Amino acid sequence: METTTKQALKGGEFLVKESKAENVFIPEEFGEEQRMIAQTCKDYVSQEVFPNLDAVDEQQEGLVEGLLKKAGELGILGVHIPEQYGGFGKDFVTEMLVAESLGDAHSTSVALMAHMGIGTLPILYYGNEEQKKKYIPKLSNGEWAAAYCLTEPGSGSDANSGKTKAVLSEDGKNWILNGQKMWITNAGFADVFTVFAKIDDDKNLSAFIVEKGFEGITLNAEEKKMGIKGSSTRQVFFNNCVVPLENQLGEREIGFKIALNILNVGRVKLGAAVLGACKKVISNAVNYSNERSQFGRPISKYGAIRFKLAEQCIRTFAMESALYRASKNIQDKIAELESEGMTHEKAQLKGVEEYAAECAIMKVLGSEVLDYVADEGVQIYGGMGYSAEAPMDRAYRDARINRIFEGSNEINRMLIVDMLLKRAMKGQLDLMGPATKVAGELMSVPSSDDEDLGMFSDLKKNVKNFKKSALMVAGAAVQKLMQTLSKEQEILMNVADMLIDIYAAESIILRVEKLIELKGEDAVKEQVDMMNVFVYDMADRINKYGKDAINSFAEGDEQRMMLMGLKRFTKVEPLNIKEARQRIAAKLINENKYCF
Amino acid sequence: MKFLVCISKVPDTTSKIGFTDNNSKFNEAGVQFIVNPYDEWYALVRALELKEANGGSVTIITVGEQSDEPVMRKALAIGADEAVRINAKSDDSFFIAKQIAEYAKNNSFDVVLCGKETINFNSAQVPATIAELLDMPLVSLATKLDINGNTATLERDVQGGSEVVEVQTPFVLSAAKGMAEQRIPNMKGIMMARSKPLNVVEPVSVEAHTEILSYELPSGKTECKYVEADKMDELIELLHNEAKVI
Ligand SMILES: Cc1cc2nc3c(=O)[nH]c(=O)nc-3n(C[C@H](O)[C@H](O)[C@H](O)COP(=O)(O)OP(=O)(O)OC[C@H]3O[C@@H](n4cnc5c(N)ncnc54)[C@H](O)[C@@H]3O)c2cc1C
Repeated sequence: METTTKQALKGGEFLVKESKAENVFIPEEFGEEQRMIAQTCKDYVSQEVFPNLDAVDEQQEGLVEGLLKKAGELGILGVHIPEQYGGFGKDFVTEMLVAESLGDAHSTSVALMAHMGIGTLPILYYGNEEQKKKYIPKLSNGEWAAAYCLTEPGSGSDANSGKTKAVLSEDGKNWILNGQKMWITNAGFADVFTVFAKIDDDKNLSAFIVEKGFEGITLNAEEKKMGIKGSSTRQVFFNNCVVPLENQLGEREIGFKIALNILNVGRVKLGAAVLGACKKVISNAVNYSNERSQFGRPISKYGAIRFKLAEQCIRTFAMESALYRASKNIQDKIAELESEGMTHEKAQLKGVEEYAAECAIMKVLGSEVLDYVADEGVQIYGGMGYSAEAPMDRAYRDARINRIFEGSNEINRMLIVDMLLKRAMKGQLDLMGPATKVAGELMSVPSSDDEDLGMFSDLKKNVKNFKKSALMVAGAAVQKLMQTLSKEQEILMNVADMLIDIYAAESIILRVEKLIELKGEDAVKEQVDMMNVFVYDMADRINKYGKDAINSFAEGDEQRMMLMGLKRFTKVEPLNIKEARQRIAAKLINENKYCF
Repeated sequence: MKFLVCISKVPDTTSKIGFTDNNSKFNEAGVQFIVNPYDEWYALVRALELKEANGGSVTIITVGEQSDEPVMRKALAIGADEAVRINAKSDDSFFIAKQIAEYAKNNSFDVVLCGKETINFNSAQVPATIAELLDMPLVSLATKLDINGNTATLERDVQGGSEVVEVQTPFVLSAAKGMAEQRIPNMKGIMMARSKPLNVVEPVSVEAHTEILSYELPSGKTECKYVEADKMDELIELLHNEAKVI
């Protein structure tokens, strides 16, 4: 096990503290074994999944189920499972790399992610020894498939409001489940369901492990969906379903907590899966733009197309930088907790929980980057982008779900702010100190800033100022609106958007700095361009989010002062972004695939 | 039965090919390397299948530098038992074949398997040279291999069809498409690869027979001309006067 980076930031601390490049992990640092594991996943996707994309989407009988089994035989499903339960005990970053490497497998990717994540993890993290011994090895080798039943027709985002009931059987030996679950991924072939239900008149959910063979389970027909058509999604009905007492998962009424904690992992993992999808779309898009000629030249020669290609790369690269930075922070936290004597499973949960805000950031950022990338992918293909014969049609339709499940992006945006504020209230994160300092800075004459932040000092100062913008807006909003802030969703969205951009920008700078140290400046010129464009572009976004928020709650002098401060904090040096994007696109076009 | 499989490191097929040092060296910057597909998919996998069916051992050998070890470990992850790296870098087929032959001579293998060619240099000389140096029969371009006792039955590609050949061990073969199917290394294999022996052996002194002076990329795609199926005269005229190939 590696030594943990001591100086790593705590969850949410990125907003108030600076990180050092040497303390962040970047994907260029993957080791040989990790690369080999990633390659196995990619080989699996290209050999087993790609030849079957149409058949999968037509839901050919048994196909996805077979693909899941095949992944199990290769050990892919057990990469992150501890060895004593039949897995390979790999670390959190490797788990994310596996998700990335399977991320372009469309519907099959969703099936695999659901199985490995929400399907398997509740039992792994909350099961007792007997439950883990009974279920995890079979889930790890693909013998059994898993599903997760939380959502109901009347209970989606408001997940704790479910109506499914569990009551004790007359002989006291079983739980009897009654209720209806909806949108259940893998339902069509799952052998094991984690089902959330309320015992008697409890306020909170409890969780149960339900096997397909138990009495009283029926399935509706497959849902007809916009995308991920090959992923099995069905309603699941429980009619006096008999569940042995020993299949209760965790204690009574902790089901909602289980659900939330599992979703934390799911969110950062979704960020990893969409990363794989982004890279595939970009590779297809650049290849097509090199092949397709109009007006006598390949369309990749045209600035309008090059802009799109560059922008796809910039956003993907930024997202990737944030993803692996967060993942390694989580992994280090897990290692730290384990070294203090916590069990692996518990440490895993607590480690992820520490960085729950970052997980939510990755969920929103990742799904929205993929949507942009896929949308422009269609555009680059022109008419062929709209054709079901070409790959963009499927990429575009399949991308869309990511903004909806694992907590909608609206819910996640609110969570980002909410989690930071909660950490501050609990004294785990000092937001008020820095926010007060920024407020003080607004009153004073701006001092000349000659602080040296090392490599890319100016850009780092920009990001520091963006953080001040967010602290200023959030701090004032908290003071002004107090308890009602949680109802002012427009303002929460503004603040969340600032935080997402800030996390991504800082991550990309730290990555490029580390890259230069590893490879030298000449080898990463385009990455430097990507970083420069990202920071330049986001200054206006931060300004807009901040302005919209300030104008929604402040008036008079306070409003004027904050707007002036915002203007100062979002000032960046001019940059010839046209040329920068041209260089990024040129590299991509030359390599004819995503190459960063 | 002891199998020796020759493994070569080659650039991934989607790599951007470029040169340095006045076009005399291949530019490795940013290139992803893989096991030569003919070595991996056909030679190695078939050797493993035969070992799994009848027992024995599979050793892989590479003439290369430390930077070749990741692809060697991939071969171990797929299932080879041990690896040997002859510590030398060379683009000369004779040099490479001689190193392998020297090692093979001292370790008595029943079958030496090579891919029919590498996908980067395509010289296809190494298998025949090894056979010659070991004074063993060579079955080239083999698409099928079965072994019964000391007798091996092979199918090989010939012009317009195939040929069935019988040969006694020991012998050398070069494998072509069809001999086996690609195997994806599984997690168990990947984790075991780390603890399998990878022995580094110093090369014997051999003088290279060739030297690469320069490389050149193929000229870009040229336009495609369509000729109507019933206008053969036009086609012949074009081939004569425009393409000047007949
Ligand atoms: C293909 C697919 C697969 C799925 N797989 C699973 C699965 O395997 N297991 C499972 O349990 N569930 C699964 N789901 C369910 C999924 O998690 C929910 O659809 C999701 O949580 C949203 O819930 P909902 O559909 O009820 O939408 P709603 O909650 O009705 O939301 C509708 C809109 O209102 C917004 N909204 C809701 N509440 C608020 C609020 N308080 N403030 C502001 N805006 C709000 C939402 O953001 C959204 O834009 C799946 C869904 C789909 C489509």
